[in-house]
Amino acid sequence: MTKRSRIPLNSALVVGGILTALLIVTALVSLLWTPEVPTRVRVALRLKGPGEVGLLGTDHFGRDVASLLMVGAWNSLAIAWPAVLLGAAIGTAIGCAAAAWKGLADEIAMRVSDVVFAFPAVLSAIMIGALLGSGPLAAILAIAVFNIPVFARVTRGVALQVWTLDYIAAARAIGKHPLRITWEDVMPNIAGALIVQVTIQLALAILTEAGLSYLGLGVRPPNPSWGRMLSDAQTYLSQAPHLAIAPGIAIALSVLGLNLLGDGLRDALDPTLKGRGATA
Amino acid sequence: MTKRLLTAALLLSVSAIPAFAAKASLVVGMPIEPPGLDPTVAAPVAIREVTWVNLYEGLVRIDRTGKVQPLLAKSWEIAPDGLTYTFRLQEGVKFHDGSTFDSADVKFAFDRARDPKSTNAQKQIFAPIASIETPDPATVVIKLKEPSGNFLYYLGWGDAVIVAPETAATNAANPVGTGPFKFKSWSRGDRVELTKNPDYWQKDKVKLESVTFRFISDAQAQVAALKAGDVDAFPNLGAPELFAEFQKDKRFKAVAGNTEGETVAGMNNAKKPFDDVRVRRALMHAVDRKALIEGAYSGFGQPIGSFFSPNNPAFVDTTNVIPYDVEKAKALLKEAGYGNGLSITIKSPQMAYASRSAELLSAMMAEVGVDLKIIPTEFPAKWIEEVFKNKDYDVTIVSHTEPLDIDIFARDSYYFNYKNDKFKALIADAAKTTDEKARFAKYTEAQKILAEDVPALFLFQLPKLGVWNAKVQGLWENSPIPSNDVTEVSWTE
Repeated sequence: MTKRSRIPLNSALVVGGILTALLIVTALVSLLWTPEVPTRVRVALRLKGPGEVGLLGTDHFGRDVASLLMVGAWNSLAIAWPAVLLGAAIGTAIGCAAAAWKGLADEIAMRVSDVVFAFPAVLSAIMIGALLGSGPLAAILAIAVFNIPVFARVTRGVALQVWTLDYIAAARAIGKHPLRITWEDVMPNIAGALIVQVTIQLALAILTEAGLSYLGLGVRPPNPSWGRMLSDAQTYLSQAPHLAIAPGIAIALSVLGLNLLGDGLRDALDPTLKGRGATA
Repeated sequence: MTKRLLTAALLLSVSAIPAFAAKASLVVGMPIEPPGLDPTVAAPVAIREVTWVNLYEGLVRIDRTGKVQPLLAKSWEIAPDGLTYTFRLQEGVKFHDGSTFDSADVKFAFDRARDPKSTNAQKQIFAPIASIETPDPATVVIKLKEPSGNFLYYLGWGDAVIVAPETAATNAANPVGTGPFKFKSWSRGDRVELTKNPDYWQKDKVKLESVTFRFISDAQAQVAALKAGDVDAFPNLGAPELFAEFQKDKRFKAVAGNTEGETVAGMNNAKKPFDDVRVRRALMHAVDRKALIEGAYSGFGQPIGSFFSPNNPAFVDTTNVIPYDVEKAKALLKEAGYGNGLSITIKSPQMAYASRSAELLSAMMAEVGVDLKIIPTEFPAKWIEEVFKNKDYDVTIVSHTEPLDIDIFARDSYYFNYKNDKFKALIADAAKTTDEKARFAKYTEAQKILAEDVPALFLFQLPKLGVWNAKVQGLWENSPIPSNDVTEVSWTE
């Protein structure tokens, strides 16, 4: 494996990086400071437009939309991150095992993946919610479950390629245990692909969390969530469109940012795609 | 050109079809699906909203102004001692299965309802009955153990409709009554269809050929269904903020009426900390009812301080007994030993008025140091199971739409777990009092007891925001009893 001193920049990486950084910074800042207490109800100030009261106006209870969005960013990440990491950890383990032992284990792992993959996240969230009671834990588990087969497949694909390389054959020849080969030789080679996948899955997880909250299966009220803000906004669409536009833009920008970051990272980490490092 | 003409002709013919076909059919939207179709075995209001006077009939009925009117009983006499009621029944009335209605059916229906094993939701209706006699097929004599001031009125409720012995057991899924409409089909999760009963005993009065009740819980979808013409009427629109739109739209009639629905956040009075009246009072002091109505119902609805409808002549305003007062709430909590905070939960049904109120209550409670966690609970099935039956809850919120139902606080097994012997005696006394003035005075006192003892957080009277096609007439504007009485509905033109 060739070591690069720094990741070459590209525009997708820069824009995606900035948007994602903005999302993370907003979420972190919300833990320390928001313009208003986000759950504070001020009925006298309900349904005010952006600028009239607060930067982004108020909702149907007179809560500050900007503050709700900020805390919503945190809640969104607080579900998306653990869900994707959990899914990635389990999925990568399965994928690595499938690539290392192949045969029946591989076949079983992939067919089970297919089955899990066939269930949409929302459906599995409803089932998990029925078992555990709907709430953030159910949302995290549901999103994690739907991430497992994604990571299992991606890992298996790239790991299989690595397993065909000469130095792996050499390592096997000297009797190195497949687990050690996976950990010491395969993992460093597939890490890039996994990081790219994590960013893309994070974007999907944020979208799914919004969808689950929209259906009332995610973060519990009154804890703010972008998805529920959208769902609450729909009956006020004609009176106060900003209530739908604000969380809508927040979701769109976050997903766009993470997707661009994923694309940018893929291009940066895989020089063959750019064509400029074909000999590397 | 020919193509265009053809299209135009096609469009014309298509648009012409509903104009003729719609005249005798009505699609009524409801936010909640009933769990069954027998109002004599379960409490949910949705059962009555489909079946009462449409499918089933009682000896008497409540009319749109809340008054008692004859129905299956064409007349009655009450003995001077108030203990003997003699009903003369309509003759020639048939159940939907073709069997004849007579006094034996009345006796059967009431004996079934007051049986110890019966699950009738309003057993107090039948509690005063000592005996039911049927001297002939057209006469029923009911003897009471003690006078009952509301007996006749209660007989107009859905819980006291007359069912036949042959079909009573299967009425929940395949209802058979004597009403102007008979059951056609029920697609679970979607709709119940009724068709005109050709043998109805007053069939000349009924204009509609068929009625469909469609169940749409999402407020946005309710509005879309109305605008698309998929639903002709939504007698209880779920989203008050969308009501104003219909008020401006000439195609619709939008009526803000009243209901008998007291919206209350019931507390589990047997459970700590709600067994302490100071805590209950503190929580009541924490509630800004005006703000709650504004936020949860766009300002429609009247604040209440006790459990009595403002439409009832015996109503007294008790909202000042425990007014909104944050400082007092904090002081009372401190006195009760919860100065450092209190963590409780509220099981909130999905209806907009309930979930929004819960969210507002949670915010108001936070101001006095109470952490009120919201647990969304599906209504009616899950709510009935967890809250109503198992009493597994701290606080909950629901609107009680039965009229004159203050006695639920006097029932031992009711979900509030509230026990107040003085109140119980007073309600029992009021029920026995046939003199109206004396009875009203007792109800006034009962309202005051509840206002001070706060077994539930008394919030607001639920309004009835009805929207229907401007060409539909005959629907109720107010809800003196929960119903969707379509027996007098017709289309104009």
